[in-house]
Amino acid sequence: MYFMTLLKVAVYSLLSNKLRSFLAVLGIIIGVGAVIAMLGIAAGAKAQVLSTISAMGTELLIVRPAQRGSGGVMTGTQQNLTVEDAEAILKEIPEILQVSPAVQGRGQVKYFEKNSNISYVGASVTYFPIRAFEIEKGRVFTDTEEERLAHVAVLGPVTAETLMGEADPIGETIKLNGLNFQVIGVTKAKGDQGWFNPDDQVIIPCKTAMKHLLGVDYVREIDIQCRPGSDLMAVQDRVVSLIRKRHRTLPDMPDDIEIRNQAEILNTASQVTRTFTVLLGTVAGISLLVGGIGIMNIMLVTVTERTREIGVRKAIGAKDRDILRQFLFEATLMSGLGGLIGVGAGVGAAKAIGLLTSFQTVLSPQSMLMAMVFAASVGIFFGYYPARRAAKLNPIDALRYE
Amino acid sequence: MIIEIENLTKTYVLGDTEVRALDGVSMGIDDGEMVAITGPSGSGKSTLMHILGCLDAPDSGVYRLAGENVAGLSSDRLAEIRNLRIGFVFQTFNLLPRLSALENVELPLLYGRKHDAKEQAAEALKIVGLENRMHHEPNQLSGGQRQRVAVARAIVTNPAMILADEPTGNLDTRTGEEILALFHSLNEQGRTIVIVTHEAEVASQCRRSIHIRDGRIANV
Repeated sequence: MYFMTLLKVAVYSLLSNKLRSFLAVLGIIIGVGAVIAMLGIAAGAKAQVLSTISAMGTELLIVRPAQRGSGGVMTGTQQNLTVEDAEAILKEIPEILQVSPAVQGRGQVKYFEKNSNISYVGASVTYFPIRAFEIEKGRVFTDTEEERLAHVAVLGPVTAETLMGEADPIGETIKLNGLNFQVIGVTKAKGDQGWFNPDDQVIIPCKTAMKHLLGVDYVREIDIQCRPGSDLMAVQDRVVSLIRKRHRTLPDMPDDIEIRNQAEILNTASQVTRTFTVLLGTVAGISLLVGGIGIMNIMLVTVTERTREIGVRKAIGAKDRDILRQFLFEATLMSGLGGLIGVGAGVGAAKAIGLLTSFQTVLSPQSMLMAMVFAASVGIFFGYYPARRAAKLNPIDALRYE
Repeated sequence: MIIEIENLTKTYVLGDTEVRALDGVSMGIDDGEMVAITGPSGSGKSTLMHILGCLDAPDSGVYRLAGENVAGLSSDRLAEIRNLRIGFVFQTFNLLPRLSALENVELPLLYGRKHDAKEQAAEALKIVGLENRMHHEPNQLSGGQRQRVAVARAIVTNPAMILADEPTGNLDTRTGEEILALFHSLNEQGRTIVIVTHEAEVASQCRRSIHIRDGRIANV
């Protein structure tokens, strides 16, 4: 009953000054809306980055030659990694599930009158599982085909469409830098990753690429997939010491290879997205704080306007805490309603951003709940001072107030 | 005696000058009395009323309300005393807008955390003859009806004393007389009523009047 009267008085007080109440909570609406939209964008960015990284493959280590240079000037990469290094890594280190040497080049691919400038990868059969490529149509090449330097190719779906359109590419012959290759498979689409598109490339056997296209006896990288659950850092150290031994690197010389560790990439990426989240959240939080000041301002006006009412309430027996509770309740009601409208606005804004821009947005119920709770706390925090001022009014002065 | 005061003093500082609003006031009011407190403006009449109503505390002296010395109590305890022992009636009615007559009368019971507030409030409104106006808001009521609601609010907690401050000041003569008649009938039912007024006519209707001048009681 007491609560109902409290609610009724608070609602009346808000409704009797609709425009003023609305303007007072506008700050909260914008603040909560901004928090939700911003956290939505941040969560979307994080999800995108994580899916990009896991599309690279899991438990992945990439061994590349160290960059050669002195005094900060890079003069190129060394040409020291070999297919035999890859085989040795697989043989010597038990935590490693599979490896694939890989080379890369750009070239012209041709199919009848259609042609396209694309990048191609020469790799082992194991490259597909290591880099999380799945086969949509056809098959991957076999070990025998690789040993025989067979001219077979697996196309990315985008490449296949560019060259053959809707037609079935399996069994067709394409020309890569003037050499004939038979198409034996098409990979499943992974989606554009921003800096390169794994769906627009041609994958051919490693040795074929080395001998017939590039004319080299070294590889560009060795991709390693560790057994699930193994310590990537420890495996990385073992790979480094194995390669040092194989390359007869003197103890006082720096490593001639460098290893990119997927866990590290993941770590960096989540640090970046965390920073992003904190930054966006802080900016949005500040607007929520400004909204709170708006509420405080209007509550101070309300307390002044209702001084006489406060006097009457005290005269008929309201204690200081009854008055405090009433004004605190009004402030919280106001910011809570603002928060509710703000959640709606924020969800709408996040959806609109997701539809109209290239940003992905992910809305989580937690962020909505958090924004609501935060908004209500802002109401309590900024409502406290005006409410306390009301509670501490001297009843005689309040009753005499005109 | 329901009210007993001894040697009350109260001094205000206005700028550089000290104003002795009450300068050693002693008096008593018996249970069931109807007393007027009169005096010109600036006499200390309002100060005395504020202290009697537990809205203000004296600088020195003793004030016993229903046997309890209320000088020097905490503001929470004073709020409780105002809630339970004193019913205020103001010149300007001071009802809360947008609350119905019933809700206005309920308010002291809600602050006192009483049960059956609605029933008791309805009962009080019946006593002042407004059982048909319970759900009207103050702006739908005439001045006399508003003051009746205020009286109902004052008696709803069954207080030791009803303290009315110029209760007829904002009413026309006839409505004012009706309100005074209401006070008389309440007094006949045994309620103690203290009316603060500067109108001799109102004071003459009370059985006793206490005249204040320059912070002292001029007659006893």
